Amino acid sequence: MEQLALFDASPRWTVTTLTRHLRQLLEDDPNLQGIWVQGEISNLSRPASGHLYFTLKDSSAALRAVMWKTEAARLGFVLQEGMAIEAHGSLGIYEVSGQYQLYADSLRPLGEGALYQEFLRLKALLEGQGLFDGARKRPIPAWPHRIGIVTSPTGAALRDMLNTLRRRMPLAEVILAPAPVQGGEAPLALVAALRSLNRCAKPEVILLARGGGSIEDLWAFNDERVVRAVCESQAPVITGVGHETDFTLVDFAADLRAPTPTAAAELATAITIQDLRQTLIEMMQILEGNLGALIVRQRNLLEGFQTGLRFYSPLRRVQTERQRADELSRRGTAAQAHRLELAAARLKGLENRLTALSPLAVLQRGYAVVMKNKRVVASRSQVQDGDALRVRLRDGEFDARVTGDG
Amino acid sequence: MAKIEPKAIEALTYEEAFAELETIVAELESGERPLEESMILFERGQALTKRCAEYLDDAELKVQALVGESLADFKENE
Repeated sequence: MEQLALFDASPRWTVTTLTRHLRQLLEDDPNLQGIWVQGEISNLSRPASGHLYFTLKDSSAALRAVMWKTEAARLGFVLQEGMAIEAHGSLGIYEVSGQYQLYADSLRPLGEGALYQEFLRLKALLEGQGLFDGARKRPIPAWPHRIGIVTSPTGAALRDMLNTLRRRMPLAEVILAPAPVQGGEAPLALVAALRSLNRCAKPEVILLARGGGSIEDLWAFNDERVVRAVCESQAPVITGVGHETDFTLVDFAADLRAPTPTAAAELATAITIQDLRQTLIEMMQILEGNLGALIVRQRNLLEGFQTGLRFYSPLRRVQTERQRADELSRRGTAAQAHRLELAAARLKGLENRLTALSPLAVLQRGYAVVMKNKRVVASRSQVQDGDALRVRLRDGEFDARVTGDG
Repeated sequence: MAKIEPKAIEALTYEEAFAELETIVAELESGERPLEESMILFERGQALTKRCAEYLDDAELKVQALVGESLADFKENE
């Protein structure tokens, strides 16, 4: 029989108790909690759960890592295979697979650490001086006629902005103040461009922009001097630096921050040429509509006059004359009758012409003439509550009364 | 019209032409003008609309660059 086991003092574990013990060791070690770990991303996977799984590795070792959905959603950049990063988090063990891993709560591209610290320090400093206050922000004109642009004359950002402005508001005039947007000379050049643009061109709004790049590429836009120049600009400034996820200090100082140069150009042209065209079409419709209404009103008035005219017209005399002619021809000479008949025929012709002009012809089409005391009512101000009116239609007249103020 | 002789339409900027158009439309809307004056206003309004439309059709973004303290035409390198 094997006796050894009876006297064996070796500790005994189940897999679970052992794993828990190890996990406790890791979690109790302050050197393994709240740490930064450098490495390259590999085996990156992002399942539907939204959690991020990856392996951090360097030339001789690998470390499994997980980042929960809520933290992963706050990542300020797009994580890619092979990217060198620093991950912040704590070590622990996933008991089900016995796998030790880093539970990461934030990530940053390698090398950004120092820059990022500087960014935070400056941001706090300038924020403390009130440079980012919401109260400082000025409204952006909806239709600026002169738009200033500060960017590189050769960059894609300028091309994007000009294309957007050309499409949305080609009536605008653009003044470019060229400046390098990266490198050591960039900050002072940007400051000078902002100042001379304000002084010499007096634009109504300024677009300060550059295309995407690394944090180092965008660094000039975190320069304190540039931030202050944005605050001092007479014209309101819209920034469009880098991509959607990039934030620089000038973005905080700007009157409006756009995610990209193109978006900055869009925000500077709230009113587009399409809007102007639409307004013009509407204006034309109102113009024609009003004249149409006016003509109808005037025509009604005219018809009213004609009714009055007809009442006092020579037509009645024509009819009297004709009657007389008839009588005369009955009892007078043939010659006399003939002459009078000729006169009657002439008068008949006159009558026909007058009839053609008659308002009755217009009344046939459904118009009505409203009269008060034998005068045509052409304006609302001519009648009052209770007034007796006479309304004339195609086939007759009737009395009416004003019963309300309408 | 009781106003000063209106400016030649060709001499108006887009904003001037549009502002005058707005005035004319308001004038016609009030309906206080006699027909004959209204017709004149309407014709002027039509001419202004045409001018504005031409402005929009012919609009071409003007791009200049600051060179030192002065402005110079800017050629884009496409």
